[in-house]
Formats: sequence, C-alpha cells, structure tokens
Amino acid sequence: MSERSKIHRQGVWPIVFMLLVYLFLYMPILVVVVYSFNRNASNMTFQGFTLRWYSEVLHGSNLWANLFLSLKLALVATIISVVLGTLATIGTYRYEFRLKKYLNAMLYIPLVIPELVIGLASLAAFSRMGMKMGFGTLVFAHVTFCLPFVIITLRARIADFDRSLEEAAMDLGANEWRTLRRVTLPILAPGILAGAFMSITLSIDDVIISYFVSGADQLTFPIKIYGMVRGKISTQVYVISSILIFAVVLIWPAGMVIRAGHRRRHPE
Amino acid sequence: MSNGKVIAQLENITKDFDGVQILKPTNLSIYEGEFLTFLGPSGCGKTTTLRIIAGLETPTEGTVKLEGRDVTNLPPYKRNVNTVFQNYALFPNMNVFDNVAFGLVEKRLGKAEIREKVDAMLQLVQLGKMGKRKPNQLSGGQKQRVAIARALANDPKLLLLDEPLGALDLKLRKQMQLELKTLQKNLGITFVYVTHDQEEALTMSDRIIVMNNGRFEQIGTPREIYEHPQNKFVANFIGESNIFEASVVSETGAKGTLTLMMENGHVLAEGEGFKYDEIVYLCLRPENIEISTVSREGFTLKGFVRDHVYVGNIVKTVVELPNGKTVQVNRNPHGELITPGMLVNLFWDPKDAVVMHTREDYVYDAIEFAVLGK
Repeated sequence: MSERSKIHRQGVWPIVFMLLVYLFLYMPILVVVVYSFNRNASNMTFQGFTLRWYSEVLHGSNLWANLFLSLKLALVATIISVVLGTLATIGTYRYEFRLKKYLNAMLYIPLVIPELVIGLASLAAFSRMGMKMGFGTLVFAHVTFCLPFVIITLRARIADFDRSLEEAAMDLGANEWRTLRRVTLPILAPGILAGAFMSITLSIDDVIISYFVSGADQLTFPIKIYGMVRGKISTQVYVISSILIFAVVLIWPAGMVIRAGHRRRHPE
Repeated sequence: MSNGKVIAQLENITKDFDGVQILKPTNLSIYEGEFLTFLGPSGCGKTTTLRIIAGLETPTEGTVKLEGRDVTNLPPYKRNVNTVFQNYALFPNMNVFDNVAFGLVEKRLGKAEIREKVDAMLQLVQLGKMGKRKPNQLSGGQKQRVAIARALANDPKLLLLDEPLGALDLKLRKQMQLELKTLQKNLGITFVYVTHDQEEALTMSDRIIVMNNGRFEQIGTPREIYEHPQNKFVANFIGESNIFEASVVSETGAKGTLTLMMENGHVLAEGEGFKYDEIVYLCLRPENIEISTVSREGFTLKGFVRDHVYVGNIVKTVVELPNGKTVQVNRNPHGELITPGMLVNLFWDPKDAVVMHTREDYVYDAIEFAVLGK
C-alpha cells in the first residue's frame, strides 16, 4: 500500500521515464517485425502491408537448412552439456578430493576468456588433431562453453540439497540408481532445466566461436545471417528474425506457466 | 522388556575420521523388543554408532551383525533396518502418501497392497487425512510422524531414531516421547534411539548407553544409570550431582560400609572392592544429602549455609565447605529451619552415596596436565 502511494506522490515522470527505457529497448525489435511486413523490397521506407516475404521464406528459402543446423547443434550440445554437467556437479558435490577447489575455479575461465580467443584456440586445436571442421567440431566447441553454465546453474541448486535425503532413500531400500532416479534428479530437475535452457540459448546465439569451427557447408543460422547482412539486409532476414521473435514471445510465457505450476507443486 | 534374543551385535567396532578415532573399540548386543538409547554430549560418537548399524557409515574395524548375519559391508538398502532422521529427510518432491509408500514401491508391492499399508501407517501416526499434503505444508510434529510412518511401513526389525524430537518445542516433545514409547510397546519393534537429552533418555528407555569421547561410559537401566553411576562423567551428565574426592580409611572386603576421609571430614558410604588408601570419587545427588545443626554418627563434615532458594516442593540450599567447595542440597521445605550463615552438619544414608574408582586415564590426564600443562 505504501509503495503505491509513494509512486502517486512522485507524479507521472518516473512512469514516463520507464516507458522511454522500454521503448528504447524494444524499438529495434519492433522495427524488424514491422519491416518484415513491408511491401517495399528495398526496406528503406514502409510502403504497406504484405505477407509475400513470409510465403517466400516458407517456400524455398535456403535459410531453413541453417536454422535446422543451429537447432540440431543446440540440442546435441545441450544434451551432452547437461549430462556431463549434472554428473560433474553431483560428483564434485558428493566427493572431497585434493584439487576440487582449483577444478571448480577453472570452470570460470572459459567464461572470462574472450570468445575470439576460444574460437581461435579451438580452430588451432582441432586442426592439430586433424579434425575436419563441421558438425562434430561445432558440437565440441559448443559443449566447451555451454558446460560451465550448466554446472554453475546447477551448483546453485545443489548447494541447498540435503544429503540425508539420499541416505533416507537408500535406508528405505533404494539402490544408488533408484535413489538418483527417484530422489536426486527430481529434486535437481529445476536446476537442470534452467541450465539446459541457458545452454540452448547460448548455443543458438553464438557467432564468434562457431565462425571459427564451422565447415564451409555447415553454417549455423547466426553465421549465415551475419554473412547476408554484410551486403544489405534482405527481407528474408527480417522475416526469419520476426519468426524467431514470435517463437520466443510464445515460448517465454509457456516457460513461466510451467515454472509457476512447478512452484505451486513445490512451494519452497 | 528384552526376552534375551539378540537381534543385532557390534563386535569390536571402531571408526576413524581423518586419522582420529571417534569410536573406540565397541561391543554391544541389542535385544529384540527393547528400547535402547545412546545418550551423550554432541560429538561423543552416538550418531556414528547408529549410522554404522544403519549401513550409512562403514566401520574402520569390526563386525556388524543383524540377526546373526554379518552385514558389515552391506549397503543400507540391503539391511532390514530403517532410520528416522534428525531433520526428518522427507522427500520434498513427493506428498505424504508417496513418502510413506517409498520403501514399499522399492519392494515392488502391488498398488492395492501399498495403498492399504500406507493408509494403515498414516492411521497409526494419526495423519489419516494428510496423504495429499506436501512435506512443506506440515508442522514439525506432523513431519516427525510422517518420518516415523515411512520407516515403520517397511516392517523393520530394528528402528533407528537419530534425535528425532530435537527440532520440536518442549511441549510437543514431551507428548511425542510418550507417543513413541507407546508405539514401541504396542508394535514390539526394537527401537535404538539417539539423544543428548538425559530426561528424554530416562523417560523412554529400557536400557541406556551413556557415551563420551567415542566410548561407552555405562550401560544400564535408567534406574541403574541414575542411582549407580559408574564414573564421574555419568554422575555429572545424568541429573545433578555433588562429586567429592576422598580416600578410603577403613577397608572392607565384602560389601559393607566404608569410612572415607574427605578434605573437611569423615563420612560413610557403602561400596565394595575398594582398597585401603585408595583415592575415590564420592557422588551424591542433591536430594540425598541432609543438613542439620545436629550431627550424625560417623560424619564430621560441616559447612556454612551460603544461600537457599524456595522452589515450591523443595528448598535448594548451597552449603560451602571450609575448603571453599560448594555442595548442592535439595531439602523438604517443612524440615528443620535453616538460614544462611548457619554452621550445619552434612550427612546422608550410606546406601545413597556412590563410590567410584578414579579411572586410570583420568589420573593420566591429570599427570599429563601437570607435566605438559595441556
């Protein structure tokens, strides 16, 4: 109640200011969406509404292949990162060993090293090993930068984990595997899910590292777009960007609903 | 209480953590149907002993036997023993019903059978309508009951309880103590209980094991432990005690009355197996000491009354001996009028005095302290 009245007393300026900030944040996105419906192919001025570009993209655009590659890459890299990350987190949580502290600290290094360096280093390393740049090297590189995020996200969750829950499960007749399946993983699930979402986002987003390790015929979606806009921004780019924005706008509330449902079931 | 049938045995069990032996070589037989309590201060090794029986901890040396079978290296899920954990350890991702059903699901029982069993267990702990609740929607007492129902649903031969009432408030605690004791009697299951609360131990147990520094100080019924503490630690830990050093003046071969010399006078006490000139500890409960202006034959101990507090049914009186030591005395408020500053005689029924050997290691401790100053 008091919070509300405070806003009233300060008048409309804070609200105007806030609206301006949001406008600034969302304007570029809005422009992309609006121009995806622009009848003028040159994109300099808005000349009326059309769905022509959408139909053009849907039928016979060569960007779909790149989009699917990116999605496939994100999925594979995320699955590998989540499996490895979950095992690593549970392992470092459960066991004490000599170099644990340093091992944990080393996780943060890939996060602070410039992506450019990681990209170059990956390229150098993969070439040394005689690997051909392509899907394999992309997966490798993406796992290296997704894994720390998965582990760091999950570690926050596991810090609250009560070890005696696992002991209780074993005490009640569940072996190690059943305990993992029925108690540990369900309790860690929100953290694992959060890590997975982060990993997917990072992987789909990545340009710099992917640029170094992708093969000529295996361009991810962002790299392909990046290549296209160097000349001029084609309507195709607007359309596909808009589709991505729509997808996010739809997925994001869905995620909120799922999380709200989870919180209702596990209020903590 | 116990019908003499041994259900579990610890043989020469020890446990080291980081090179420190936190459980000294330990032997124990647990009898079917008894309520056995490990009592001791925190860090005395009582929880470790319990966890070794449960299989949550592997002993460094020794053998654990359940119903005659060596289970030392068996994991907890292969032992017919269940535990009620200190913080309840209810699965937050499951409701009350699924928590209680957990062990039955692991046993692969049929759905109908599980439902029947879980419902019966929830009835038993008076949570019949709570099956759909989540653990975080329960009060502390209710969580406690779920934890007990969850453990009992598996028909354990042995139920281990690790300070199960520690998190409850005093009133609920008292109530749960009685409920647990009744439950144990009705079910006839062996309970092995861990607590640091001496009153709780005395209330509930058939047998108490007093532990300190990873060692069993004394095993006995609540009455034996309270009335005949075998050493200074037990005397101090259970109830209030006055402990004096004294030396044996008259030696008695058979059981009889000893005359002991204290720093400030001669006293009488019953005891056997004590040698002439031996240094002993003399332990007296405050309620067993009498004070009077009239002296008693055989006693020459005197002191000044320092303080007395009326607390309803008793008067707590503090008497200071000439050497400066104080003695706690609990008296009947309707007895002889005693006021602070009076010189009084202290005496007791020799039967109520407990005489204890000063244990060797205490002597060594004292020497070590004197020589090394630590």
